Amino acid sequence: MFVQQLINGIILGSTYALIALGYTMVYGIIELINFAHGEIYMFGAFTGMILMTRFNLPFPAALLLAMVTAALMGVTVEYVAYRPLRRSPRLAALISAIGASIFLQNLALLLWGSRPQNFPSPFKIKVYQSSFFSISQLEIIILVISFLLMVGLSFFIKNTRTGKAMRATAQDRDTASLMGININRIITITFAIGSALGAAAGVLVGIYFRTVNPMMGVMPGLKGFVAAVLGGIGSIPGAMLGGLLLGIAEVAGVAYISSQYRDAIAFAILIIVLLFKPSGLVGLPDQEKV
Amino acid sequence: MAEQTILKATNICHSFGGLMALKDVDFKISSKEIVGLIGPNGAGKTTLFNLFTGHYCPTRGEIYFNNRKINGLKPYQITPQGIARTFQNIRIFSQMSVLDNVLIGQHCRTKTGLWGAIIRTSGSKREEARAYETALKMLHFVNLEEKKDEHASNLSYGEQRRLEIARALATDPTLLLLDEPAAGMNPQETSTLIKLIRQIRDEMNKTILLIEHDMKVVMSISERVAVLNYGRKIAEGTPQEVQNNDEVIKAYLGESA
Repeated sequence: MFVQQLINGIILGSTYALIALGYTMVYGIIELINFAHGEIYMFGAFTGMILMTRFNLPFPAALLLAMVTAALMGVTVEYVAYRPLRRSPRLAALISAIGASIFLQNLALLLWGSRPQNFPSPFKIKVYQSSFFSISQLEIIILVISFLLMVGLSFFIKNTRTGKAMRATAQDRDTASLMGININRIITITFAIGSALGAAAGVLVGIYFRTVNPMMGVMPGLKGFVAAVLGGIGSIPGAMLGGLLLGIAEVAGVAYISSQYRDAIAFAILIIVLLFKPSGLVGLPDQEKV
Repeated sequence: MAEQTILKATNICHSFGGLMALKDVDFKISSKEIVGLIGPNGAGKTTLFNLFTGHYCPTRGEIYFNNRKINGLKPYQITPQGIARTFQNIRIFSQMSVLDNVLIGQHCRTKTGLWGAIIRTSGSKREEARAYETALKMLHFVNLEEKKDEHASNLSYGEQRRLEIARALATDPTLLLLDEPAAGMNPQETSTLIKLIRQIRDEMNKTILLIEHDMKVVMSISERVAVLNYGRKIAEGTPQEVQNNDEVIKAYLGESA
């Protein structure tokens, strides 16, 4: 029973982690909470669903194309809603983010209506049983894809020239530009990668729960944000850890307390983290500048 | 020795709102010179640096670097042309290793993309090896080779200053701008710094422009000194000429002196 809950938690948590990465990367570079990120996730799920049902694309191609579409969308949102406010007070950009989020929700309502739509299942239901737990083929695929994406991102950030430039930009934008780094390009790349990961999470959740609707991004978006704060906003390993822990906590809460508290658990965690360790689990404590 | 002008600024004006920070400043620097830029606080020295590196765009006037106009270009476009700087208050990437700081400096001199990093083409391996070698050379030059794997924030103050210089050198500049390199250094660190600046010019063939308040430093290493006061250039010449200039003495000591 416990092992089973742990596995369910990790599956849910890996999708939170993918969403949290988008928040944390954007925050790391431009110190903005991109509240439209949940909607990017939703558009990713819809794109994947449409590509599979109307265009009959195989799942891997649909996933990849949904990620590319969402990347373009994320970059567009940055360009239209955030870039003109780059030098304004942070509150202005935050309000613009909420506006972008509402706009995208309504765009989806306009395009696809409010009725939930079915997400086709690309895989046959095949369940592996052991004495402690059971796991379906679909769940294994979700886990493998999310972990591959996270490992890929870590490699990119750590080892590539662009990844290094991203880390430098996160630490000090002005100085990074003196090293010959084009900051606007780095910001664009950050939004593209974050949005692609969010879309991947959307598609994975789509094939898992078999349904999509225009408001589906709201709750996972907020939970991805909580996961990012839990791990330490701005920290990439933190977002991964925060996502997994949040998933596990949520599933455990549902199993051992009550399923009615599902969403309350995430926000209780947010409040506790903000009260006792606002820098998050992995985040550096806020240094006071003298 | 035929000297070649590498940076030329003419009629530079820069205002912040109603405040004129720089008024009609003309400035020239020749290849392999060491020039000091001095002036009381608020004279506009750092503003001039910020104009040269593209942090600001001059309100009026033109800046030419190697006969190419650079005013209006962004820092990331100017750096590859060969201007590098350090800051008054140290700005290293403190959460990275010493080595990574210097490697980042070579960003604009390298080009390996994602695929190169994943499949590790021979070109990307060669480039990486070259970047590593250059970084070690720079660290050796500023005597920080042994600390290459340390977290940059663990370095002492003087070492951080030297790391910032190494990082600036890694961008392979022809002109190096140093903003108060000796600030906060003890006499021993200062004398090491003076030696280092000379070495950068003599061994690496760089041109150096420095802002400095420590007159011992400025007067001992500069071949030429320019003085700013209230945004105007009030004097320019050899250290001796400048030290005996009435306007300069007035600017520093006041009317009655």
